[in-house]
Amino acid sequence: MLEISALNSFYGKAHILNDLGFSVSKGEVVALLGRNGAGKTTTMKSIMQLVRPKSGKVQFNGQDITALPSHRIARLGLGYVPEERRIFSDLTILENLEVGRQPPRADAPAWTVDALFELFPNLFERRHNRGKAMSGGEQQMLTIARTLMGNPKLLLLDEPSEGIAPVIVEQMAETILRFKKEGLTVIISEQNLHFARIVADRAIIIESGEKKFDGSFSELEKQPEIRDAYLSV
Amino acid sequence: MGLFVAQLLTGLANAAALFLVASGLSLIFGVTRIVNFAHGSLYMLGAYFGVTLMNTLPGVFGFWTSILLSGLIVGVIGIAIEVCVLRPVYRAPELFQLVATFGVILVIQDLTLMVWGAEDRLGPRAPGLKSVVRILGEPVPQYDLALIAITPFILLALWWLIARTRVGVLVRAATQDREMVGALGVNQSWLFTGVFFLGSALAGLGGALQLPKGGADLLMDLNIISAVFVVVVIGGMGSIPGAFVASVLISVLNVFGVSYIPQSTLVLMYVVMAVVLLIRPYGLFGREEKAGEHGQVGEPDRPIRPAGTKGRLFVAALIAALALVPLVGENFTQVLITDIVIFCLFAASLQFMLSTGGLVSFGHAAYFGGGAYAAALLVTYADTPMELAFLFAPLAAGLLALIFGWFCIRLSGVYFAMLTLAFSQLVWSLVFQWYDVTGGDDGLVNIWPAEWLSGTTAYYYFTLIVGVGGIILLRQLAHAPFGYTLRATRDSARQAEATGINVKLVQWSAFAMAGAMAGLAGGLFVFSKGSIFPNELEIGKSFDALIVVFLGGVKTLSGGVVGAAFMESAKDWLTRLEYWRLILGLLIIGVVIIAPDGIVGTLRRVGERIGLLRTQEFMR
Repeated sequence: MLEISALNSFYGKAHILNDLGFSVSKGEVVALLGRNGAGKTTTMKSIMQLVRPKSGKVQFNGQDITALPSHRIARLGLGYVPEERRIFSDLTILENLEVGRQPPRADAPAWTVDALFELFPNLFERRHNRGKAMSGGEQQMLTIARTLMGNPKLLLLDEPSEGIAPVIVEQMAETILRFKKEGLTVIISEQNLHFARIVADRAIIIESGEKKFDGSFSELEKQPEIRDAYLSV
Repeated sequence: MGLFVAQLLTGLANAAALFLVASGLSLIFGVTRIVNFAHGSLYMLGAYFGVTLMNTLPGVFGFWTSILLSGLIVGVIGIAIEVCVLRPVYRAPELFQLVATFGVILVIQDLTLMVWGAEDRLGPRAPGLKSVVRILGEPVPQYDLALIAITPFILLALWWLIARTRVGVLVRAATQDREMVGALGVNQSWLFTGVFFLGSALAGLGGALQLPKGGADLLMDLNIISAVFVVVVIGGMGSIPGAFVASVLISVLNVFGVSYIPQSTLVLMYVVMAVVLLIRPYGLFGREEKAGEHGQVGEPDRPIRPAGTKGRLFVAALIAALALVPLVGENFTQVLITDIVIFCLFAASLQFMLSTGGLVSFGHAAYFGGGAYAAALLVTYADTPMELAFLFAPLAAGLLALIFGWFCIRLSGVYFAMLTLAFSQLVWSLVFQWYDVTGGDDGLVNIWPAEWLSGTTAYYYFTLIVGVGGIILLRQLAHAPFGYTLRATRDSARQAEATGINVKLVQWSAFAMAGAMAGLAGGLFVFSKGSIFPNELEIGKSFDALIVVFLGGVKTLSGGVVGAAFMESAKDWLTRLEYWRLILGLLIIGVVIIAPDGIVGTLRRVGERIGLLRTQEFMR
């Protein structure tokens, strides 16, 4: 479904992604693992073309999306949930959801405001409140819900477990497992190996923008040296 | 009582056009973060199109159709401006976009002159609303009442559009985070274009709607723009209700001002603005602007370096050549070079705070003119000897900058710029309207230098020494520890604060220093001309300085001087052409889009490419 090949991205002159390549098939949940600064967020931004790669290719369902503007990529069915959440704090929760709304797609789960409120009941209670008066967990839920309003085929979740209470992390894991059941393809970036193991089918480990490992979690367990070298456990 | 009510109604009616233009500007700023200086020009175009259409389309229906059509046409022109001029520079720093809109002002001015000619057009009166109604015995024009009735509907419609529709939700979201809106599948460039269309159309409507009360002339663009800025800043940038309340406030204040304290109408407006900004720095309905929220984009500034041996030799040779000019050149050449050097010093003083300090001032003319007026007033009223009066020019301007700066540095970004503009307009209006002391429009004359400096050549050398000395002083200061701290506050105010730098104090000092040096230039100016007029304090003068700094290269140290020298010499032959504004405007827009590094930056890049200059590595 998503094919990334030989991607090189820079911030100014800093080389962030180094010939990165991997692919994700339909219905898979893949965890992008790595330390702070390994290039996880840049990978996601490069997929969305929020960071323009210098070279390399991103293909989505066989279509080259490398030169497309972000909004066209989103309209193809890629949903991006940024790490910093980027809630529109002057807008109410309902209005935040409205910004993300796109028409339903034939080959992706269709979401409505009501269905999302069922999934995240906290949001329903505060639907007329502005985005600024929310806890980290609520903000995280709102960002995910906002992206789901676009009925994506593939969801990019950047560090969903970061900065939220442990109890919400558990809920988050359940939510992601539910997405999988609905047939959504998901890429999550994570530093939390435990969380990733619960929700994901496969792990991709990157370090300095290079792929160091690509395989199942059981394979990863057999190679503790990789885990020790590239993850801070 | 009757008169009071009648005046109140006049004020409310005057608020209509002001509100339309201001709400358009506010809307555009809210979403694009661009302060569209050309908004007054769109208003002017609305008036001209309105006159032409009204003279073609007959009757009541024709009149109102003309107004709507004018709005539509100007909206389409707004789209053209957005797509051709602003789209290429959205990612550039704020200043670039501002300068691009200066260019648009000049282009529209000359195009209007070409199409409609220099003659003022009288606005036709509204059919069916030509007479007056008596309210409490006082005559009130029917058209005024119509305007008062229409305005709330426009406010309501705008409010509905923004608060209740999907487009409004997207616009508000884009105001906060354009990129994220794009990542959610919204084509934000069309959203921007749409907002620009609407904002421009509102300005056009305003221009056409005021026709029966005024008319169309070539000065109305700059005449309204300062009032519009005052309104938008008082109301809060980006707030439509704020624009409404402030338009009413300013218009009503103006009407009462005219009848009770006629000498101070202009001053009053800027005093109100300054007071509001002091109490509520982001306007009555404005939202606080967090530093860096929309700030630093693009590449980091290059570190500046002291000139190399080659550079020093070149400058020394240039100064030597200038010193030899009186031996060969005529009087005219000396006067021209005197003007150039003065303007270079003025531009260098702005560049000091703008480039080195990141403090974008829109009102630098206040200190140039302030210094000049201080010296002129001393000579006129106290018979002060020239030498002493001349010394007072930088001192007075520095003091003025110290006072204004204390208020201004509490704000940042666009708000800082607006407050500097307000203060400079305050000084201008004070000088312009305080006829008894300043001579108003007639200026102050007979301000000649002392005996020993009275010849053209003597004054030429005097200007050369003082001017070049001032420029070198500013340059040394940029390379001194003070310059380093100043640049630190520019690049990251927070980081600088955490390092133990008193950011506000450093900025305040830089502001005062820049003011004093502008005053020095003003002092040189007044004694070289023998007179001073309020136009040296006008917005236009401040813009001139901004434009030359920009043409020369914002991110360089010598850009101001090079830009000023280039511009002042170019002006000499450029102004001989009939449509020189058009050429200059297109030049400015071209530089913004094609060569944003300015003359110095572009030359340096070319120099590096062909190997004349060593490539400077970025420090990471």
